[in-house]
Amino acid sequence: MAVLKLHNITYQYPLTETPVLKNINLEVQEGEFLAVIGPNGAGKSTLCYTISGFVPHFYKGELNGTVEIAGVETHESSLSQWVVNAGLVFQNPFNQISGAKYTVYEEIAFGLENTGVPREEMRERVDRAMALTGITDLSERSPYSLSGGQQQRVALTSILVMEPKILVLDEPTSQMDPIGSREVLKVIKTLSERGMTVVMVEHKMEWIASFADRVIALYEGEILLEGTPEEVLTSPELAIRGFGISRYTQVARQAGPLGLWPPDQRLPITLDEAVDGFSRSQP
Amino acid sequence: MKIEVSNLFFSYPGGVDALQGISLSILKGEKVAVIGQNGAGKTTLVKHFNGLLLPTQGSVRVGDLDTTKTTVAKLAARVGYVFQNPDDQLFCKNVEDEVSYGPRNLGYPAEQVAALVDDALSLTELADKNETNPYDLSATWRKMVALASVISMDTPVIIFDEPTTGQDAVNVARIANVIRELHARGKTVITITHDIDFCAENFERIIALSQGKVLLDGHAREVLGQEEILATTYVDPPQLTRLGKRLGLPVVVRNPDEFLEAYQKLPTNLGDPGE
Repeated sequence: MAVLKLHNITYQYPLTETPVLKNINLEVQEGEFLAVIGPNGAGKSTLCYTISGFVPHFYKGELNGTVEIAGVETHESSLSQWVVNAGLVFQNPFNQISGAKYTVYEEIAFGLENTGVPREEMRERVDRAMALTGITDLSERSPYSLSGGQQQRVALTSILVMEPKILVLDEPTSQMDPIGSREVLKVIKTLSERGMTVVMVEHKMEWIASFADRVIALYEGEILLEGTPEEVLTSPELAIRGFGISRYTQVARQAGPLGLWPPDQRLPITLDEAVDGFSRSQP
Repeated sequence: MKIEVSNLFFSYPGGVDALQGISLSILKGEKVAVIGQNGAGKTTLVKHFNGLLLPTQGSVRVGDLDTTKTTVAKLAARVGYVFQNPDDQLFCKNVEDEVSYGPRNLGYPAEQVAALVDDALSLTELADKNETNPYDLSATWRKMVALASVISMDTPVIIFDEPTTGQDAVNVARIANVIRELHARGKTVITITHDIDFCAENFERIIALSQGKVLLDGHAREVLGQEEILATTYVDPPQLTRLGKRLGLPVVVRNPDEFLEAYQKLPTNLGDPGE
């Protein structure tokens, strides 16, 4: 069942001259993991804002079309009501952490306090969310004393605690080192496996290949490609239009004309696929 | 201009021992990447090169200057520093003012400032955006403005802190091009990066830090081949280095061309000489 429906979305920021999203139609099924790729300026973050209600409630501008989650449309709801539909984790946790709280525990509880959840329920939900993302031991620390990976898990937890139907992540690991990225991705993978519906903007093709059910490639505000990770991530369109591609895909494409990649083999996205294809090409 | 770091220790107030006995030197014209997990001390180390931080113990010399005896303003003429987040350094009302600010502040005459600004704008492909307010530009172009505003100071040493973070493939290529050109001009380029593929494709020397100490320091090929040691600072070798290793290539490869060359030379791929 489609939990999220975008119907003919066109959106233009205030004081700008061209729309940043153009006629986007998209459905996301319950429990699905949708990855979004695209060059800078393609509209990826704006798509995230649109799903999570920041457009039109925070960013004004001109929005046409509808975003619907579980039968309710964004413009019929307020932003504070919409948080239970879609929660957005920003690229940079620094922009998400409130700055109003001294401890991680209070930071996680902040959203619940603001929506008037009873104290006992609040404690229970904070504890549960922190356990899920593995930050229970950070509970008394200041959010600003943490590493990037830890901060991003705090940001993610502060969204999860609101129990949204859809988790929207805008390049959640782009500011992290490899260990921080792994921490964050592991949590996201676990959430997805437990049935969370996830929409994630991500650049790292290997991860998309191992996480996502479906990928859309945004280009200049439009959906350029849509399909399985295998279909989209190895499409020659990506390299032509300046998308990042996996080095494995790139090297196998170069190897083809040299007779070093089997002509009948799909281009690889991951290390294992690359090893497999190159091994097969050997006489 | 040589950077000489001797037995450098640094502790942040509150007692975090960020650097614990670092000794290294970086020669004029070197192109060096500094890698390692968050908290390894990368930013703390490079902030010693322009005097933003001063040693708790040990010393840092930039050319003939000891950083503890030199003002940051004076070091700024020698070492340029591009912050990770452009929004931490941009404040002028248009791109040209922003890029002029540094050289003007260093006291260069007007014609020289104009020439340096033109050069920096063309190198960063910003020439057509010189009158735009930096905050009306996309994050990608703001990053290029941050680069340009430091390049225009014409310092012998330029430090980039995580230049590719959040950038798309097109802009990463643009940044790689800037680094290549600065190196060709004889500048010393020092770059902190987590992007190990970018590191492999653009740098000759790699310094890997771990817990405030130098873990590895050498030619990129030697460093990237040390998979087990790199793992201790949570760095995975580049994708093609890993692929080469899995396929049994006898050398460490860093980019598609090196990979294909080495792979073609594998005995199993040499094929029939009669072909």
